[in-house]
Amino acid sequence: MSELFDWEFVVEILPRLLGGLLVTVEATLAGFIIAVILGLFLALGRRSENPWISQPLGAIVEFIRSTPLLVQLFFFFFVLPRYGIRMPAFVVGTLALGLHYGTYTSEVYRAGIDAVDRGQWEAAVALNFSPWRVWTGIILPQAIPPMFPALGNYLIGMFKESAQLLAITVTELMLTARVIGTETFRFLEPITLAGVLYFLVSYPAALIVQRLEARYARSR
Amino acid sequence: MHAAGNDQKSTDPIVRFEKVTKIFGDLTVLRELDFEVGAREKITIVGPSGSGKTTILRVLMTLEKPDGGVIYVDGEPLWHREVNGKLVEASEKHLRKVRGNIGMVFQHFNLFPHMTALRNVTEAPIHVMKMPTGDAEERAVQLLKQVGLGDKLEHYPSQLSGGQKQRVAIARALAMRPKVMLFDEVTSALDPELVGEVLGVIRELAEEGEMAMILVTHEMGFAREVSDRVVFFDKGQVVEQGQPADIFDNPQSERTRAFFSAVLRH
Repeated sequence: MSELFDWEFVVEILPRLLGGLLVTVEATLAGFIIAVILGLFLALGRRSENPWISQPLGAIVEFIRSTPLLVQLFFFFFVLPRYGIRMPAFVVGTLALGLHYGTYTSEVYRAGIDAVDRGQWEAAVALNFSPWRVWTGIILPQAIPPMFPALGNYLIGMFKESAQLLAITVTELMLTARVIGTETFRFLEPITLAGVLYFLVSYPAALIVQRLEARYARSR
Repeated sequence: MHAAGNDQKSTDPIVRFEKVTKIFGDLTVLRELDFEVGAREKITIVGPSGSGKTTILRVLMTLEKPDGGVIYVDGEPLWHREVNGKLVEASEKHLRKVRGNIGMVFQHFNLFPHMTALRNVTEAPIHVMKMPTGDAEERAVQLLKQVGLGDKLEHYPSQLSGGQKQRVAIARALAMRPKVMLFDEVTSALDPELVGEVLGVIRELAEEGEMAMILVTHEMGFAREVSDRVVFFDKGQVVEQGQPADIFDNPQSERTRAFFSAVLRH
């Protein structure tokens, strides 16, 4: 049987797919917030002079960065409940995304912090600022704005990679498309439409990141 | 002993180095250095580049940790604290307390680029001295006027010339009311036509006379003019020191003579 693109079917399934897209966006944004906060603490922890803090954190970061997101998803979803830790699929997916990408954003923070001129630290010592004030008032305000393009790229990456959450039954966009396909035996429209919806969000976001990059390059 | 200015003898030194040693890898930058600065004394340290002059300022500002010896600031050990008559390594809290007596102006300004000139000057008084914002701003405006920048309060460092940046940096350091101010080659990064405006500000501060000042500089004419004492420093130690006229016009040591004949020829 040859399939022709059925626009009526598209109109019929679009609301369900948009519902799936909403879940995708929610998981991405929640995961991104976790990644951005976790990344900062990982980066600061790895700079600690105390090896009991910096070494284990370094090992954890390298381990997570070197394993697929799917391993972390399955670990949280299938392994942890055996030890009594049960969470809804959406929460597991969001946490795993945030953890996985937190290890990447920690590297962005590291590079951003390293890029702050050594003279800024010396001026901070000479003016006798507390360590808290050095970080919050002097170093991070200079380190973070140049990081926006890199963080934006990871946000887009998370948006696309969140499709993997279907493996733990989060009814995000990709799983919604597949469910529609198996229910109706028509895969052409839902899968194509899912791709189009991903594109319609990712591509404008990538353009915004490009503009951020250009603006930052100019202001240097 | 060295011939320090007689008028300084009545006051206790504000800074005293006792056998201070600093080693970078194979290089001994400070070699059991003994060195004193009187309260309100203006001292210039001169010497060949790479001789460790800047390191004297940096260990005093706690930017580098000495490998041996003791530094006293206003009678208190800087890097150490006394426990039962013995000196042990100081805590960060102790360092912060003693360091509060010292201010520093850097070769490369090191202004905070994300803050206006005014905020560069108010930031430490507000967050370190816990001064009310209004008072800190009032004083900052006064200091920026004093360095001739009363019309640049809302300018960011990127909008200022090198000479203006350095004058903001001086105002920023003054806002903390240090008892000792360190000037680390503060005109070396400036275009020649901007050197004068910065030296002018420092000259006024020297004439006010409140603070002790330690300058590392290559501006020999300026050193002669503002210093109570000139210290010739080489290979980690004080080679010779005395009043500017004596050191510049009648150096005793062969090394000092060789250095001055080299720099003054240019």
